[in-house]
Amino acid sequence: MEVLIAFLVGGLAAVGVYLMLRPHLIQFLIGFLVLGNAANLLIFTAGRLGSQSPPLVQRDGSLLETIANPLPQALILTAIVIGFGLAAFGIVLFYKAEQALGTLNAEAMPEVFEPAPAPSPVDQVRAPTPEKERIPV
Amino acid sequence: MSPLVLPLLVPLTTAVLCLVVARPKVQRVLGLLGALALLVSALALLLEVHRRGIQAVQIGNWPAPFGITFVADHLSALMVVAGGVVAVAVALFALAEPDLPRERLGYYPLSHFLLFGVNGAFLTGDIFNMYVWFEVLLLSSFVLMVLGSGKAQLAGGVKYFAVSLFSSVLFLVAVGLLYGSTGALNLADLATRVAGLPSGFQNALAMLFLVAFGLKAAVFPFFFWLPASYPAPPVTISALFAGLLTKVGVYALLRVFTLLFAQDPAFSHGVILWVAGLTLLLGAFLALAQGELRRLLSFQLVSHIGYMLMGLGLLTPLALAGSVFYALNHMLVISALFLLAGLLYHLQGTSVLVRMGGLYRSHPGLALLFLLPAFSLAGLPPFSGFWAKFTLAAAGLEAGAYAIVGVALLVGLLTLLSMGMVFAEVFWKTPPEERAVPGGWERLVFPVVLLAVLTLGIGLWAEPLMALSQQAARELLEPTPYIQAVLGVSR
Repeated sequence: MEVLIAFLVGGLAAVGVYLMLRPHLIQFLIGFLVLGNAANLLIFTAGRLGSQSPPLVQRDGSLLETIANPLPQALILTAIVIGFGLAAFGIVLFYKAEQALGTLNAEAMPEVFEPAPAPSPVDQVRAPTPEKERIPV
Repeated sequence: MSPLVLPLLVPLTTAVLCLVVARPKVQRVLGLLGALALLVSALALLLEVHRRGIQAVQIGNWPAPFGITFVADHLSALMVVAGGVVAVAVALFALAEPDLPRERLGYYPLSHFLLFGVNGAFLTGDIFNMYVWFEVLLLSSFVLMVLGSGKAQLAGGVKYFAVSLFSSVLFLVAVGLLYGSTGALNLADLATRVAGLPSGFQNALAMLFLVAFGLKAAVFPFFFWLPASYPAPPVTISALFAGLLTKVGVYALLRVFTLLFAQDPAFSHGVILWVAGLTLLLGAFLALAQGELRRLLSFQLVSHIGYMLMGLGLLTPLALAGSVFYALNHMLVISALFLLAGLLYHLQGTSVLVRMGGLYRSHPGLALLFLLPAFSLAGLPPFSGFWAKFTLAAAGLEAGAYAIVGVALLVGLLTLLSMGMVFAEVFWKTPPEERAVPGGWERLVFPVVLLAVLTLGIGLWAEPLMALSQQAARELLEPTPYIQAVLGVSR
């Protein structure tokens, strides 16, 4: 079982990394979700698999002979919630970026130019460059 | 209440209060008061740690190693104090030049949530909890980075976001593997268990952590995102980022590579030394090639992270003390320089170097003020940067690592060259065009003066801070008291 899941994790990680390396930002986001799931499955497997024993403490406070470890689930739950928040923020960020910069292609996005460049008289005499192409010196 | 949780509660309370009171005028005062209270509580924590040794608190009364632990040793407490100083300086700057649109969008709550996350990362004693704190500070920083939706901010924000996501996943994977192999998450508990792992597996884990934290700390070869994003937001945001965020990565590296992965230093710390050297050199050369002030400072920021890693790579008491001292000094100096860049932008309406000039004639005092943090960054006496570099160089010579000492000294010279070029461009050169000098800049000077006087003061009277840094280094190299403080007494 562990071996199977290990291959699954590897496959998901490969898919995720491949998608994250694509220039399109939506592909990047899907890649992040896939890679995040690979990480979650990895934590799950690292906490030992097994369906026979419950993660319960008995009423008198004593432990069963074999007991499942509930901590990996708690960790994964935290990671899922965080991943969900990040993905939600990412969608809005990419949407705003598309609106402002006119592209979702990360490679076509301009390098950081001077924050709010104030047009100086010198620049206006020379060929006026459109705002988007004003790339730093 | 233990003074340990105050540096967490203060920014949280401030942020929540700022959320409740939506009026920018009240928020400004609250923001400054919150930053001051944070500094005071951080100093109280440092005093407590210095007097009574390492402090540990078990949250929720679960005994360690089962519950979440917060620990403050000298390193944590010093980092929290330096963060408090940066927060006060930035709050003063924000008070002097209000940015009303961004204040309406929540600048103050977000910046205090950021401080909350940063302090949490400094103080936590649990590796998974550290991941959560990283996410707290990252999410606040994402929003701050694009606050106001400027074009440059969005373009930089996308890169920053993408790189941070990837490093978060790597961090999570590393934590998962560490947990799976040792069954522990508490740092003190881990410290006793990691040594039992096979050494190949240890090194693989160490490299995963190095990449995950290296991306956050912006070291070679993972620094490309920083100069692409830090210059974009307004200076009240980028100065905060420059002072705090990369240092969280450095702190995490210092912690993990002394407490957990110090078993095979020939390999892991050898890699760190290479990374340090290449970060130093590439950052310094790339800074020389920049034509925009904040981009130039971003490359200087990257380059000087290399010094902190150099001390970690050497792993001797003196070298680690140098690293800690360097990190503290750098937080003050780089924030001062970023704030100065904002001040110069206010005066000149641009931060492209060729279009600036002539300030020496109109503002000679400002020129002098620029030289204080600039010389400190380059490591000239009598500033704090000198002692930081001196300690690292002495430690390197002691350990016989001549190559890295040579690189460190060369980069010091290159930094001086770069700062000299900035001085010549901004202050000496005749301005390319006549422009009216706006007034009202005097208010902006105060926070920069505060930081510059601090770096000069630390330089002239380096003994107390150096003693504290050496104490921090001793605690890093001899983790038994740390482990005892966490696992031994449970409150």
